[in-house]
Amino acid sequence: MTFGQFLLVAVLAVPGLGAVAVAGVPADRAARLVGTVAAGLTLLAALPLAAGDRGWFAWSAGAPAVRPWHQLDVPWVPALDLRFHLGVDGISYPLVVLTALLTLLCCGYTLWRVPAGGSGRALVALLLVVEVGILGTFLALDLVLFFLFFEVVLLPMYAVIAGWGGEDRRRAARKFALYTLFGSVLLLVGVYVVVAAAGTADIVALTGGAGLSRGTQLFAFTLLALAFAVKSPLWPLHSWLPDAHTQAPTVGSVVLAGVLLKMGTYGLIRVAVGVAPEGARWAAPVLGVLAVAAILVGALVCLAQTELKRLIAYSSVGHMGFVLLGVATLTSTGIRAALIGNIAHGVITGLLFFLAGAIKDRAHTGALGELSGLRETAPRLAGLLGFAAVASLGLPGLAGFWGEAFAVIAAIEVGGPLWTTLGVLAAVGGALTAAYFLRLLRQVTHGRPSPAVGRLAPTLAGAELTAWAPLVLLALAIGLAPALVLGIAEAPVDALVEVLP
Amino acid sequence: MSVQSVDHVALLPAYLAAATAVLVLVTDLMLARPGLTRAVAGLGALATAAGAALVGAGGERGTFCVEADCSYVFGGRAALVGALFALLTLAVLGLSGGHLRAGRAPAGEYCFLLACAMTGGVVLGAAGDLITLIVALETLTLPLYVLVGLRRGSLASAEAAITFFVVSVVATTVSLLGAALLYAVTGELHLGRLGTLLAERPDLHDLPLTAAAATLLLLGLAFKVAAVPFHAWAPATYDGAPLPVAAYLSTASKLGGVVALLAVVTAALPADLTGPVLALLAVLTMTVGNLVALRQRRTVRLLAWSSVAQAGYILAPLGALALTAGRTGEARAGAYAAALAYAVLFVLLELAAFAGVTALRPADADGGTLDDLRGAARRHPWLGAGLGLALIGLAGLPPGLAGLFAKVTVVRSLLDGGAGWLALVVAVNAVIGLAYYLRLTARLYAPPVGAGAASAPGAGRGAAAVLVVASVVAVVVGFAPQLVLDLTAR
Repeated sequence: MTFGQFLLVAVLAVPGLGAVAVAGVPADRAARLVGTVAAGLTLLAALPLAAGDRGWFAWSAGAPAVRPWHQLDVPWVPALDLRFHLGVDGISYPLVVLTALLTLLCCGYTLWRVPAGGSGRALVALLLVVEVGILGTFLALDLVLFFLFFEVVLLPMYAVIAGWGGEDRRRAARKFALYTLFGSVLLLVGVYVVVAAAGTADIVALTGGAGLSRGTQLFAFTLLALAFAVKSPLWPLHSWLPDAHTQAPTVGSVVLAGVLLKMGTYGLIRVAVGVAPEGARWAAPVLGVLAVAAILVGALVCLAQTELKRLIAYSSVGHMGFVLLGVATLTSTGIRAALIGNIAHGVITGLLFFLAGAIKDRAHTGALGELSGLRETAPRLAGLLGFAAVASLGLPGLAGFWGEAFAVIAAIEVGGPLWTTLGVLAAVGGALTAAYFLRLLRQVTHGRPSPAVGRLAPTLAGAELTAWAPLVLLALAIGLAPALVLGIAEAPVDALVEVLP
Repeated sequence: MSVQSVDHVALLPAYLAAATAVLVLVTDLMLARPGLTRAVAGLGALATAAGAALVGAGGERGTFCVEADCSYVFGGRAALVGALFALLTLAVLGLSGGHLRAGRAPAGEYCFLLACAMTGGVVLGAAGDLITLIVALETLTLPLYVLVGLRRGSLASAEAAITFFVVSVVATTVSLLGAALLYAVTGELHLGRLGTLLAERPDLHDLPLTAAAATLLLLGLAFKVAAVPFHAWAPATYDGAPLPVAAYLSTASKLGGVVALLAVVTAALPADLTGPVLALLAVLTMTVGNLVALRQRRTVRLLAWSSVAQAGYILAPLGALALTAGRTGEARAGAYAAALAYAVLFVLLELAAFAGVTALRPADADGGTLDDLRGAARRHPWLGAGLGLALIGLAGLPPGLAGLFAKVTVVRSLLDGGAGWLALVVAVNAVIGLAYYLRLTARLYAPPVGAGAASAPGAGRGAAAVLVVASVVAVVVGFAPQLVLDLTAR
C-alpha cells in the first residue's frame, strides 16, 4: 500500500472511527473534543493528497479521461459489480479539502455552542458520519460505491435537522429525506442502466461513453441528471432546500449548503457528463434553460424574502444555477467555472450561515423587519456580514466573482441565439443577486437599531472568530488567486472535455 | 415396478425436524416443565439447521425417484431454505418467552406446533413435485392456524385465526385446482418434467387450459406471500396473533410462500405464462402495501402492510420474465437468485424488527400503537438502536446496508433483464416506504410525552438476545453481502 492509498483510506476511516469514538465517550464535552480532533486529523490526512506523482504533464493519446493522482481498488461485492475503488484528482481534491475544513469548523463550533434539541455528542457523531458520506462520494471511482456513499449522507443529515433544528424541523427534515431519497433511487436505477449495458462500474473505464449506445446514454443521463438535479438542487426540484436550510441548526446549514449540495454538481460533472456524454450533449440546452431559470427565480424570490436564513437558502438556488449553467455549456471554461463556483459557494455560504446563525442566536429573531442597525450595536458582526454578502454577490477580487463571471462567459462563447440569450439572462440574474444582497445589508446593518438588535453586545466569542477566520481568508485567497482551484482542475477538465462528442 | 430405494441421508433434516416435534410432545407429557420443553424445541431446531447445512454441503441428493425425476431433492438451495426455517423457528422460540410465561398459551402445544411447521418448511425446500410441494406448504401453514388462535380469552386472536384459516384454505384449494388442471393437461406432476414437457410441446403450451392452470397455481401461492389482491388477511391476522406468532407468520410463513412460488416458476411453468402475472402482482403488491402502510397507527399493522409491500419487491425480479430479454438463461438465473436473496435479507430484517418490538413492549403485550413506542430508544438505547437499524434496513438505506444491498440486487437483476420500468416502480416505492419507516423510527427517538409511557419492557432476555443476534448478522451481511448472494445463486 502506497502512502497515497493510505491517505485515501485514512480520509474515510478517521472520521468514521471518530464517530464511533464520540459515541463511546460518555462525557459530553470530552466527546465533542474527540470529534473535533478526529475532524482535524481528517483535514490533515486530506491535505497531503495533492502530493505525489501527478503525471498529468505526460498524458498521451489513449490514456483514460480520468487520471487520478492516487487510487485504491479492491473488490467488495463481485456479484453486484461493486469495487471499493477510491481515487482523487484535480476535480475532487478541492471539494475534499473543503469538506474536511467545513466539518472541522462545525465540530469546533459545537465545542462552544450546542444547539438546543439534543446532546452535543450525538450531533458531532452525526456530523462525522455525514463527512464520511460526502468524502466517500467525492473519492469514489466506482459507480455503485458512489451511489452507496451518496446514500450514507441521507439519514444522518435527516437526524441533524430533525433533532437540533428550528420549530418546523420535523416537516422540513422529512421533506429533505424524501426528496433526496427520490434523487438517490433514480441514481441507483441510472447507475445500473449503465452497469448492465457496459458490464463494468469503473468510472475510469466508463468516462467518455465506453461504447454505450446512444439510447442507453440518453436514458442514463436523464435518470442521473434528475438525481443530481434534486441534490444540487436545480429549479424546479429545489423546494426541499429552503425548508431544510432554514430549519437546520447553524452547523447543519453550513454543511448542507457548504458541501452537501456539491455532491449533486460534482456527480453531474463526474458521473452524468462523464459516463453519458452523448446524453449530456443532447440534454445540455434543457439543463442550461433550467439553470438560468433557477438563477432568475432564486434572485426574484430572494428579493421578496423576509427571513434571514431563508434568504440565504434561496440565494443558494441562484448560485447553484450558475454552477449548473457552467456544466451545461460542456466547455472547459464552463466546467472550470462550475468547479470554482462550487468551492466559492461552499466557502461564502458556509460563512453566511455561520453569521446568520450568530445573529439569530443573539437577537432571537431572523425576521428582516425586526433587524436593523446591526452596525450600531455589533459593528464587527455587521462588517463580517457585509463582507460575506459582497463576496456572495460576486464582487471582483472575492471568491464569488470567478464562478459567475466565467459561467456567463462560457455561455456566450458557445454562441448561437440560445446560449447568448442564456448568458445575457444569467448576467441579469447576477445583477439581481447584487440587488437582493444590498437590500439585505440595508435592512440589517443600516438604520436605527431595532429593539431586538439594540440589546446586542458588540463582542464576538473567540470560538466564533476561530470558526469564521479560515472562511474569510479563503474567500479572499480564492478571489485574488483563482489559480488555486483552477490550476489543479485544468488538466482533468480538459481531459474530460476532450472525450465529449 | 421396482421397489424404490430411499436415501435416508437426504431425508435427515426432515427426520430431525419431525423428531423434534415428537420429542417436544413427549417431554411435555412426561415432565411438564415449560422451560424444558422450550429448550428441547430449541435444541431440535438447532440440530435441524446443522443437519440441513451438513447434508447440503455434500452435494445434491434426491430420493423417491421415478427414473431421473425425484420428489425430494436436497441440494444447496434446499439446505439454505431448511436451515433458514430451523433458525427462524429457533428465533421465534426465543421471542416466545414472555408470551409463554404469561400462561395464556400452553407451552407444550405451542412448541410442538412450531416444530411441526418447521418440518413442513424443511420438506418444502426439497419438494420436487407438485403434491409434495403443496403438502409441505400445508404442513407449514396448518399449525399456524392453531398458533394464531392459541391465546386464551382473546377474541381478537380467535378472529384472526378464523380469518387466516378461511382465506388460507381457499388459497390451497385454488392451488390444488391449478395443479390438478396442470396434471390434466400434461399428465405430469414432477416440476422438472412439467418444465421440459411444456417447453417441448408448444401445442400444450398454447392451450387456454394451460394458461388457466398456471395462473390458478400462481394465485393460490400468492395468497401465502400475501401479495395484492390476496393480502387482506395479513394485517388482521398479524395484529390479532401474539407477537412471536406474528413474527413467524411474516418471516417463515412468507418465506414458505416465496420458496413454493420460486420452485414452480423456476422449474415447472413456462416463463412467458408466469412473467406477466408476476409483474402485475409485484407492481400492485408493492404499491398498495406501501400506500396503505402510510396510514397505519398500530405498530404490527404497519409492519404487516410493510411486509405486504416487501413481498412485492421479492416478486419484482420475477416480473422481468414478462419480457423476452428477461427470459434468456442468464437473466432468468439472475432473477431467481435475486428474488431469493431479497427474501433471505428481508426475513432477517423483519425478524429483527419483530424482535425489537417484542423486546420493547411489556411482556405478552400486543404491538400497540405507534405512540406506545414513543421515546423507547431513549430509555433503552441498544434495543432501540437494534429496532431502528432493522426498520431503516427494511427501508433500504444506510446504515441498514443489508437492506440497501437487497434493493440493489433487485434493481440490478431487473435492469439485466431489460425491465427498466419495473426498476423505476421499485425505486419510487422505496421512497414511499421510507416515509412510514422513518415515521416509526423517529417515534422511537422522540421525547416521550406524559407519564405512563415509561412502562418497562418485560419480554425478557430471549427477545433481546434474538434482536442482538439478528442485528449482528444484519450488520455482518451488510458489509459482506457476497455471503448471501453466493448462497442464493447456487
